[in-house]
Amino acid sequence: MATPNYGLIATFDSPPDLYHAAEKVRDAGYKNWDCITPFPVHGLDKAMGVRRSIVPRISLAGGITGFCTGMSMIWWTGAYDYQITVGGKPLFSPMFAFPVSYELTILFTAFATIGGMFFLNGLPMHYHPVLKYDQIKRGMDDTFFIVIEARDPRFNLANTKALLEQAGGKEIKELEA
Amino acid sequence: MAHAETAASPAILDEVKPAVLARPDLVDHDRSFSWITEKICGIIEGKTPAWWWWCFGVACFVASFTVAGITYLVATGVGVWGHRNPVNWGWPIVNFVFWIGIGHAGTLISAILCLLRQKWRTSINRAAEAMTIFAVVCAGIFPVFHVGRVWYAWFLFPIPNSNYIWQNFRSPLEWDVFAVSTYGTVSVLFWYVGMIPDLATLRDRFQAAGNKTRSWLYGFFAMGWRGSSRHWSNYEMAYLILAGIATPLVLSVHTIVSFDFAVSLIPGWHTTIFPPYFVAGAIFSGFGMVLTLMLPLRAIYHLEDLITQYHIDCMCKITLATGTIVGYAYAMEFFIAWYSANPYEGFTFINRAFGPYAWAYWIMISCNVITPQFFWFKKVRENTTMVWVLSIFVNVGMWFERFVIICTSLTRDYLPSSWGNMSPTIVDIFTFFGTFGVFSVLFLLFIRFLPLMAMAEIKAVTPRADPHAGHDGHSAH
Repeated sequence: MATPNYGLIATFDSPPDLYHAAEKVRDAGYKNWDCITPFPVHGLDKAMGVRRSIVPRISLAGGITGFCTGMSMIWWTGAYDYQITVGGKPLFSPMFAFPVSYELTILFTAFATIGGMFFLNGLPMHYHPVLKYDQIKRGMDDTFFIVIEARDPRFNLANTKALLEQAGGKEIKELEA
Repeated sequence: MAHAETAASPAILDEVKPAVLARPDLVDHDRSFSWITEKICGIIEGKTPAWWWWCFGVACFVASFTVAGITYLVATGVGVWGHRNPVNWGWPIVNFVFWIGIGHAGTLISAILCLLRQKWRTSINRAAEAMTIFAVVCAGIFPVFHVGRVWYAWFLFPIPNSNYIWQNFRSPLEWDVFAVSTYGTVSVLFWYVGMIPDLATLRDRFQAAGNKTRSWLYGFFAMGWRGSSRHWSNYEMAYLILAGIATPLVLSVHTIVSFDFAVSLIPGWHTTIFPPYFVAGAIFSGFGMVLTLMLPLRAIYHLEDLITQYHIDCMCKITLATGTIVGYAYAMEFFIAWYSANPYEGFTFINRAFGPYAWAYWIMISCNVITPQFFWFKKVRENTTMVWVLSIFVNVGMWFERFVIICTSLTRDYLPSSWGNMSPTIVDIFTFFGTFGVFSVLFLLFIRFLPLMAMAEIKAVTPRADPHAGHDGHSAH
């Protein structure tokens, strides 16, 4: 178990191969593992047993913050901090405050969504054992990989290697940590 | 369209047995993933072509006109522009609305078509989003310098300052500040997030080629992307949400731009049709610009397998649909002007069509209403030269639309004593002409240094990307 390596990486040539292999790894009960794909493979989340992303909750929080910021900013600046009557219109009304609050809702949602996505993905992370693999360039091009981490409780060099072989993985290599 | 493989088919489909329509291929000749990577990265990695330098030189020269015009304006004063009573908005607002409208097709392609699952967007969305951002840059020049003393442009934003007063949030012009700056920001974010996986591809390719500097640069912006499926899961969700918020954003931006006019009491402006009419016009002009840009790129870089005839057909049909909506809006404006029985409104429209600016009105009608009707014909849509020429007419027509709206209404409002006319100065003309150079410089830099097409997205819509290829579709669900 106490292996200095990060884990095992196996190569797959096509999305169907990867998909079926991912199902096998999932069914074998692994938790700390990942697929490397050059594009999002449709349905792979399910094959891997990955739960639905929670990015939308962060987005919602961002949107609510944005709307409240807009409304309170316009109320505070125009009706509280420095009151100026313009054209006989009220000092504050949610009607005229709406367009700006609407835009700020969208702006804050966008920042929350992107920030949330980076946070959940742990990016930016310019150093990663996977990126040290000499074939990883192909994973950004046309090849698919499955990585099983050594810290997974079920990880066992021989058994895991056998599982990946049996799932159709080629060029199974150990990744340096 | 009926697709028998849809998992959630209602029971009725078994009885009526709808025909399964074949979907056109989005990438011709069944190209492989690595072919797509090579094709798109090859554009960046290859030697800078001679035509690029020529175009870049010309674009810089043209852009210098804006620089010269703006420099003269800042050194002298806003009076060097041709807007004065009664047309205090003049060319700058025409040019502003023109450029901001062009941007809208980019967001439409990236956001609305994403929500509608129009997979053909993948080949053109990156370039269209770049077009959006550069168009917003060009648009922004005009209002920023129109404020007069440009070093006070930050007064537009609610930043505490020594005058202690705040912005007037009752004004649509202030709404516009927020709409356009949000639009610019979200467009850049959307574009950048979409590009991260492709930047990672370039990072690894430049590393393999031994180019450390460029590998480091692309790598810096790729944020250490490693194609992890767990990352893709969050990434796709984030992308979907961005599409979901960019859709109301793009509709709201031109709506708020139209409020600049519609909220005033000027005849010809004070109408409820303005928001939808402006949005349709914006998308129309934007698709005109997308065609103007993409058709030459397709020919130069031999991208016919990626931007297929099907893509051109789709873009032409959207241009046709939005152009027809715009034509309907023109007709409806006339009808309402008569039906409202408001003499000022009625006069404004008669004056538009037959008054001193009738020439501009009829250029607008012929370019915006008649031109797109050619796209009904398959023969026209298949003739790329013809499509390109028609797309230029669309661009011209949409500039004239804004000119007509602004100049006819302001030169002939309620009191004949306050009538006037409007003609641009040479500084107006230089500044506007130069923005095409600014746009071209930015676009040329984009096609030289950044992936022109969303490689990851194109790969995902090819038949090879289907993880259930060769299996019964139902087993997947």
